[in-house]
Amino acid sequence: MTDRYDVLIIGAGHNGLVCAAYLAKAGWKVLVLERSDQPGGAAITREFAPGFRVSACAHILHMLQAKVIRDLNLKAHGLDLGGPSIDTIALAEDGNHLTIRQRSIEGAQVTAAEKAAYAAFIERMERHAKALAPQLLKTPPRLANAGLANAMQLAGMGWGIRFGLGKKRMQDFLRIVGMNIYDLLDEVFESEALKGALALDAVLGSAMEPRMPGTVLTYLYRLAGGLKSTLTLPKGGMGSVTAALADAATTFGAEIRTAVPVERVLLEGGRAVGVVLAGGEELRALSVISNADPKTTFLKLVGARNLEAGFAHRIGNLRASGRTAKVHMVLNSLPDFTGLEQDALGNRLIVAASRKYVEDAFNHSKYGEYSDQPVMEITIPSVADPSLAPAGKHVLSAIVQYAPFDLKGGWDAHKDSFVERVVDVISAYAPDFRDKMTLVECLTPVDIEREFGMTGGHWHHGELALDQLFMMRPTYGTAQYRTPIDGLYLCGAGAHPGGGVMGAAGHNAAQAILAGDK
Amino acid sequence: MRAQYDKEHFRQHSLPTPFHPRLAELSQGSSWHCWKGHLSPAYFENVELEYFAIRNACSVMDLSPMCKYRIRGQDAEAFFDRMVTRDMSKLKPGRVGYSVWCNDQGKVIDDGTIFRFAEHDYRLCAYERQYEWLKISAAGFEVDITEQTEEIAALTVQGPTSFAVLNKMDLPGLETLKPFGIMHFPYHGGELMVSRTGFTADLGYELWVEASKALTLWDELFEAGRHHGIRAIGTDALDIARVEAGFIQAADDFTPANHTIRKDHDRSPFEIGLGWLVNLEKPNFTGRKALIREKEKGSRYRLVKLDIDGNKPAHASYIFHDRKKLAGAVTSAVWSPTCKQNIALASLEVAADHPLDDLWAEVYYQRELHWNRVWLRCRVQDKPFWNPPRRRATPPGLF
Ligand SMILES: Cc1cc2nc3c(=O)[nH]c(=O)nc-3n(C[C@H](O)[C@H](O)[C@H](O)COP(=O)(O)OP(=O)(O)OC[C@H]3O[C@@H](n4cnc5c(N)ncnc54)[C@H](O)[C@@H]3O)c2cc1C
Repeated sequence: MTDRYDVLIIGAGHNGLVCAAYLAKAGWKVLVLERSDQPGGAAITREFAPGFRVSACAHILHMLQAKVIRDLNLKAHGLDLGGPSIDTIALAEDGNHLTIRQRSIEGAQVTAAEKAAYAAFIERMERHAKALAPQLLKTPPRLANAGLANAMQLAGMGWGIRFGLGKKRMQDFLRIVGMNIYDLLDEVFESEALKGALALDAVLGSAMEPRMPGTVLTYLYRLAGGLKSTLTLPKGGMGSVTAALADAATTFGAEIRTAVPVERVLLEGGRAVGVVLAGGEELRALSVISNADPKTTFLKLVGARNLEAGFAHRIGNLRASGRTAKVHMVLNSLPDFTGLEQDALGNRLIVAASRKYVEDAFNHSKYGEYSDQPVMEITIPSVADPSLAPAGKHVLSAIVQYAPFDLKGGWDAHKDSFVERVVDVISAYAPDFRDKMTLVECLTPVDIEREFGMTGGHWHHGELALDQLFMMRPTYGTAQYRTPIDGLYLCGAGAHPGGGVMGAAGHNAAQAILAGDK
Repeated sequence: MRAQYDKEHFRQHSLPTPFHPRLAELSQGSSWHCWKGHLSPAYFENVELEYFAIRNACSVMDLSPMCKYRIRGQDAEAFFDRMVTRDMSKLKPGRVGYSVWCNDQGKVIDDGTIFRFAEHDYRLCAYERQYEWLKISAAGFEVDITEQTEEIAALTVQGPTSFAVLNKMDLPGLETLKPFGIMHFPYHGGELMVSRTGFTADLGYELWVEASKALTLWDELFEAGRHHGIRAIGTDALDIARVEAGFIQAADDFTPANHTIRKDHDRSPFEIGLGWLVNLEKPNFTGRKALIREKEKGSRYRLVKLDIDGNKPAHASYIFHDRKKLAGAVTSAVWSPTCKQNIALASLEVAADHPLDDLWAEVYYQRELHWNRVWLRCRVQDKPFWNPPRRRATPPGLF
């Protein structure tokens, strides 16, 4: 057969691009097919008002794998992290804010003991995260009928963690890994402001609240992804990261076509042999890799009827209902946050006054309502990067939780009042906020699903929970980037190790595919 | 979707079937047992008499507890084709097909008969409750699934005079009905469906009506059979006949996969002698990948029909190679009154170096509370023990 391409990649999200770049670098003929008119998936920069650009979904880069940056030489392709790590500022209405750095905290009258406790806590958590981190760049082992290589790998995973930690720390790891972050923070800290801020890190992007078991693991995951708790605002927004990836991929020889939605995976004799585009165009290749989320991949592009029933059922049952909204605003000038200097506004500002605040915010979403007092992660990237807004003006980018995908009564009827809540909450910290902001774009999970093609608008393409992780991600039977359909692979956030602009899933998928046949 | 039950239904351990008043009148042994939630007699009076009604006259058994599901819709054929192991495009409207269906691991969930009424209209008749699995299997297909177990009453009418009996019931054209065919007849303002199917390897039919017509059907049937030796039978007699026929019974000869907890205690179709129902050429069906792997690697078990020396039924006996090495165990065993043979179905472990020509059953039996043990020689038989030509003759004989 004279296929023009060795592999077709469905979706030019950052993981699809990473995968494409590695495969092209290895000499494969790669074609990436993206439904949207710009590559990058949920990691893009786009204009939301004339002259104002913003990172449309992901806005803080903190997990991108150093190995990926190195292997693909991304700096040479234009990756600019935009400076050193920004700080996290946990906002307090009275202006008595808490500043959280990589290794230290200050403000909000925290005691010396609390500062020491923080340093020790971060050291302890980073040790655990570090033991976990190498697992992110590996294909998880199979669960059943392991075979020697797999058994070694499974043992290796345990040993990797055990070895990296030593006996004492391993005990600690095992004790806390299934715990909830609420209780863990209580064991260590006094300051409720600090506890609220750290609790937010554990639940950002998920349908969880701090009292849920598994939130220590999600917290560790977040640390493991990045290490050293570095938070950066890439120059030009998140789109510059994927632009660098696209540039790397095409330089290695991959082709990228945009505005070509894939309608279905072409199957012959139960094997994936290509794709059919929305217009009917048929493309063939030796294998097909999907960057789309697992539900889209299996239930829409493959079709449940082409899968075995038990597997299709498990995919149908994956939890992937997003509760995170994104709000963008045009600011005529910088608002006056009580107790904050203007040049501090380039940091990560969070609204999560206490663990209870986060929990209360979540509770609404259990019943299909949005939070009355939502938690937020706010950036004003134009402070450090004037290219994003006309001179003197600014853009604000806020991640807002909880905004359930399946809102009671639907989002059309409630979006305006939700935005009002967001403005109200920010105004409590910046009293002149209403006068400074003009235009608003609000992306609910429903919008995110529609515009970015992510089922449920879910940050991770599927909840990061104990039952959907490692060799269970997205579910057993397809946790090693392979799928039950021969010739079809997964490379997106729905696969191990999950979402965030990390590039790990794309990297691992490429390695798994390179290790096997085309 | 479920039938509406009386609010107090839970107070009753087993539900009566639509034929219950007639069953209760005839039952002399009070041999009621629970068949998938329904009251069913093991026998009425005497198992031998009931058995001989199957082979020498006309037997009638209440089949209503069978789990019945209506599957309708555009994708019904494709749905079944993906669910079961056989090629469903070959089953034409007006025909009945026997099949098994598996889980993703290629292990049998159940076996049953699929009735194709029309292009897009089917009924599945199974031993186990299947509503949940049908629903799971329906994802991605345009089909509507209705539970009909309580709604439809059924009788199985088996034996050489069964046609002669039904011939008296104003069912025009019935003589043209071939094995595995279906016919519909108007019946007291409703409909009577007759299929030429059964579990006995004899001439026989199954009758299906809405539950409200059940007693009318019973009475008319027995009136028609009055001079043809008609007799109501319980499940015990049928069980003898089905072993003679070499038919397997879920829960006896294999454990349905959804009830199997222990590793390796489930069975693939190949392992219960139903490999002939598996079509691996189909591009997709549930269990296909695992079954292809099994085909390559070999199966763990095989099901065999055994002709055993002596006359002591080898109930639950171990089977040995050369009286030394354990080979497996009997799953069903009877003395066949018609074949005059001691017969059994057995599940053997597959081991390449074990020939099948030196098998022995270790049979324990009791005499006045004293246990005896005998070694009985077993011979593997390929053909059903009982398979008379009258089973297939069309038109059927008017015995
Ligand atoms: C509101 C929000 C805020 C977030 N904030 C952050 C953050 O600050 N930091 C961070 O690290 N992470 C953040 N994330 C998570 C991060 O954006 C995602 O996990 C990550 O971008 C996923 O990357 P991916 O390449 O796996 O998938 P995606 O980016 O979803 O890419 C999948 C691609 O496939 C394409 N596709 C889908 N279907 C088809 C089809 N049929 N045909 C062709 N193409 C198709 C899509 O258009 C898309 O381009 C955020 C997520 C959300 C939703």
